[in-house]
Amino acid sequence: MTERELLELERWTQRLVRRARAEGLDFYEMRFEVVPADVLYSVGAYGMPTRFSHWSFGKAFHRLKTEYDYNLSRIYELVVNSDPCYAFLLDGNTLAQNKLVVAHVLAHSDFFKNNWRFAGTSRFMMDNMAAHAERIARYEFKYGKEAVEQLLDAALALAEQVDPHPVGPPSEPSQDEEGAQAPAPARPSTPYDDLWELDRFLPGSGPGGGSGAPEASPSRAAGAATRPGRPVGFVPPARGVPGRAGERAEERPASSGRARRLPRRPEKDLLRFILQHSPYLEAWQRDVLAMVREEALYFWPQIETKLMNEGWATYWHLRLMRGEDLPEAEALEFARMHAGVVQPHRLQINPYLLGWKIFESIEQRWERPDEEDRRRLGLPGGQGREKIFEVRQLETDVSFVRNYLTRQLVEDLHLFTFVRRGDEWQVESTGWEQVRDALAARLTNGGIPVIVVEDGDYRGSGELLLRHQYDGQELDLHHLEKVLPYVFQLWGRPVHLLTVVEGKETLFSYDGEHHQRTLE
Amino acid sequence: MREPGFTITREDWSLHRKGHLDQLRHQQKVKEAIRRNLADLVAEESIILSDGKKVVKVPIRTLEEYRFRFDPGKQRHVGQGTGDERPGDVVAREGGGAAPGRGPGAGDQPGVDYYEAELTVDELAEMIFEDLGLPNLQQKRKPELVSTGHEFNDVRRHGAMANLDKRRTLLEAFRRNALRGQPGFHPIAPEDLRFKTWDEALEMQAAAVVLAMMDTSGSMGTFEKYIARSFYFWMVRFLRTRYRQVQIAFIAHDTKAREVTEQEFFTKGESGGTKCSSAYELALSLIDTRYPPDQYNIYAFHFSDGDNFPSDNARCVKLVQELLERCSAVGYGEIVSSRYATDSTLMSVYSRITDPRFVRVTIRDKADVYPALRAFFKRQAPDLAPAAVS
Repeated sequence: MTERELLELERWTQRLVRRARAEGLDFYEMRFEVVPADVLYSVGAYGMPTRFSHWSFGKAFHRLKTEYDYNLSRIYELVVNSDPCYAFLLDGNTLAQNKLVVAHVLAHSDFFKNNWRFAGTSRFMMDNMAAHAERIARYEFKYGKEAVEQLLDAALALAEQVDPHPVGPPSEPSQDEEGAQAPAPARPSTPYDDLWELDRFLPGSGPGGGSGAPEASPSRAAGAATRPGRPVGFVPPARGVPGRAGERAEERPASSGRARRLPRRPEKDLLRFILQHSPYLEAWQRDVLAMVREEALYFWPQIETKLMNEGWATYWHLRLMRGEDLPEAEALEFARMHAGVVQPHRLQINPYLLGWKIFESIEQRWERPDEEDRRRLGLPGGQGREKIFEVRQLETDVSFVRNYLTRQLVEDLHLFTFVRRGDEWQVESTGWEQVRDALAARLTNGGIPVIVVEDGDYRGSGELLLRHQYDGQELDLHHLEKVLPYVFQLWGRPVHLLTVVEGKETLFSYDGEHHQRTLE
Repeated sequence: MREPGFTITREDWSLHRKGHLDQLRHQQKVKEAIRRNLADLVAEESIILSDGKKVVKVPIRTLEEYRFRFDPGKQRHVGQGTGDERPGDVVAREGGGAAPGRGPGAGDQPGVDYYEAELTVDELAEMIFEDLGLPNLQQKRKPELVSTGHEFNDVRRHGAMANLDKRRTLLEAFRRNALRGQPGFHPIAPEDLRFKTWDEALEMQAAAVVLAMMDTSGSMGTFEKYIARSFYFWMVRFLRTRYRQVQIAFIAHDTKAREVTEQEFFTKGESGGTKCSSAYELALSLIDTRYPPDQYNIYAFHFSDGDNFPSDNARCVKLVQELLERCSAVGYGEIVSSRYATDSTLMSVYSRITDPRFVRVTIRDKADVYPALRAFFKRQAPDLAPAAVS
């Protein structure tokens, strides 16, 4: 971009910002940075302009950059969920391309600001991550790059195993309320509080239920603490260790076996559980895990709203650009770029295309409802614009698909489901409900398996029992057997994971040397 | 309500190098992974048969970022077609078939991640040979002169402008100006110019000869020959890259030994019984006629399946001892195709030879080739190899 183009872009942006506001978009103050490809791709690989060092980011950077260099794919922009909202534009883009990108980015900023899933995210994460990077660099200096890298390898392997939206009372007592028998309710009481009681009926959540672990476990604490290579004399916090019963008489009668399970309810936040309860980690290691977790939680809503967010931005760049009087050459370029962005892919869903189409369909149905929508949903019509703003605020990808992917859309877009049979991938169904359900299943929990901590003191010997909450999709066993050693590395004691393989409950164990697989 | 403002800026990002640094670390890890897999690679058929220019695809398992994730092969995926799709239509095939595009999965063998590390055979060889060297190399009476390249280590008043030594030129100018009472770099006179010039770097290297002996009798099956050739392939490559002056003599034997060309050694199949002593006899006679031990460092290596005529074993021991008197090192490699087979009688009689310069290895599968190479070519302390060029 030349200086003149930059000035023109500034004039353009001024006009666009005013129009976008008039259309109802509500975004943060914008900071547009025009950067060279190298920088854009490094922001793309790290997710932030400044983040801690790890080879996996280097790998991502290398891949993105290579794809760019060979003209295979191209990132046009990157926008950071922050206030003010930073957006990175590619210096190599033409003026027309960057005009479109500005329109696109305004809608992203609006989405970050208004979608409820983002409500809890820090808008100063850019600074936080820079601070994290500095802290981790200090740890590298102090404990060695190797040690930090190994820790990060393990931490990043579990970074998706966090719980962005904890509901219900905490799954375990906090440090200060430990010893109190009944924890104070964590939130104002509501008429629906009794629903939490239903958790008792979940398999493996009641006291002593599910795991079949021995109830009493004499002399375990000593064994764990004196094991060679483990920090000696470190007593893990907040664990129901029988040896400590005598010191704290009010906890329970000595004969009743284990005081209580930890966690009390299955805990989805694996990373938090480990960093709080692993008897093995040093303070700086806990700190690193906490930073990785904080960053993972920050990125989580973006995973859960990818389809909507891109669809929303596509809807708006189209709408805003159409309202402008573009020179002929630019109009052509814009049309070409838009067509490229919404090009369908045969074997995967293009979120720009599908998200945009769903938003358009919603707007149309609420603006001019057909007979059926009038009858079944009681739509009066004329609410199109209002409705899409409501959807962008209240939904995430799963509910967006579940509520608004209509039969019409599935048929118009020729969506189908396909599965693997032998060496072939075959079309399974073109039925709209099958497509909708398959897509919703793929998007659930960001497409990541839900793994919960079932027992932090499995078999009464401080081992960790995880459970995959099986929903019909089986785990990648090769990956599973590679991740368990990471969990072991952090937990310091044998780790187990219960999942379903070929329809059978199977327990995967790793004890630091060997993998084991047992049918339950 | 106030309009949200915006700024557009373009700054100097040239110092933003983080991505490159971490990319370097990743590549370093790729190389480490390749090194860890070397044992497998050394005997990889495609590498051995290569012409030396090929770029190899190196399978690596360590650079995958492992996560708890679903098995893509068992998931239901959603695609977007043209409207003609019917249940049962094939949209993709594993391993790239007729259908366009790739399957969404990672392939049917999860975890085997083909990172296309672009390594030429030469780079690979460089990594393999990094810490190998000829053992017990000594200065012999007839060292051979080797040129190792050029060193810019001299300065002259005339030369090509491209080789102008700017620092010395400026110093000369300053000195001359200072003598005239006006210290400073200006003016620069033609007589101030200084040019870098080079010397040919010459080094003396001890002469060495390797006697490569291989059993080609009928009992050496395809596997045994493949292993022996793998070993010699890498040995020859190693010697040729590291030591310019090493000569190699190839000896193939069944009950009779013959000196053969490199080409024949690597390609020809033979048959018949086994008499290892025949090869040692030929080696000894070659030493006596062509490679006097006072002029050459001699290395003798022999590969066999150990299936020797029992009556010949005693003679073999005697001849190996004779070889040891003349050689810097002698190696014997035995290829055993079954994991449970015990050492042959030949191996057990050799186990009585205690000379540390005699190295015995047993190879049971492809992965043992690299350890064998390391056992034979353990690099000795640097001061013992005064003239080795590396």
